[in-house]
Amino acid sequence: MAVTVSIPTILRTHTGGEKSVPAAGATLAEVIDDLDANHGGLKARLVKDGALHRFVNIYVNDEDVRFAGGLEAKVADGDNVTILPAVAGGAL
Amino acid sequence: MLTIRRDLVDAMVAHARRDHPDEACGVIAGPDGSDRPERFIPMLNAARSPTFYEFDSADLLRLYREMDANDEVPVVIYHSHTATEAYPSRTDAKIAAEPFAHYVLVSTRDPHQHELRSFRIVDGAITEEPVEVVESYRFAHTGPDDVPEA
Repeated sequence: MAVTVSIPTILRTHTGGEKSVPAAGATLAEVIDDLDANHGGLKARLVKDGALHRFVNIYVNDEDVRFAGGLEAKVADGDNVTILPAVAGGAL
Repeated sequence: MLTIRRDLVDAMVAHARRDHPDEACGVIAGPDGSDRPERFIPMLNAARSPTFYEFDSADLLRLYREMDANDEVPVVIYHSHTATEAYPSRTDAKIAAEPFAHYVLVSTRDPHQHELRSFRIVDGAITEEPVEVVESYRFAHTGPDDVPEA
């Protein structure tokens, strides 16, 4: 399955400045492994202890993967995967 | 240095006051490469908390798609602290992920006098910067609309 992955500003150091890159896989986990094979270091920015990082949001098309199986979320040919760091914080 | 129009400062402070004692949050978008905050976008604090804020994940996706379509970037990312000073917390610094944004903090702990400060946050390192409030960008040397009226 070939998908297009949108890369946020802060991770573009891993993609030579590219805003979107192609990747392949049948699940989000496979897509991330494929991304990491071509853009070393990306996986460590997205996955921690086998789960998605709490403050990174990943969407398959319009759906937040947290509500679609997390790393096991299915992706289909032509899907758009969007990575966005959370905008969050707090006084404590 | 953050150069920002007074009406945008007023809008952030009004939003922070309105949501007090919960934290308020939002973005001021501007043209990519301009460093000029123009479009005020108040966001819902999905955490609805006096000590935490987070953009709702669906809102976040919509916001970034809209900015992309307009060739905009988040020039300012603002939020309020409602019982502490206008300085980024360790949580703020750890989560901040827009190295080119101005992180504006508004404190509403004093009901009469707000505090507003601006920071760069890069790889968790916080650097305060001066804030210049202007009536208009026309004379503020901020870029392409920096042309006197005919």
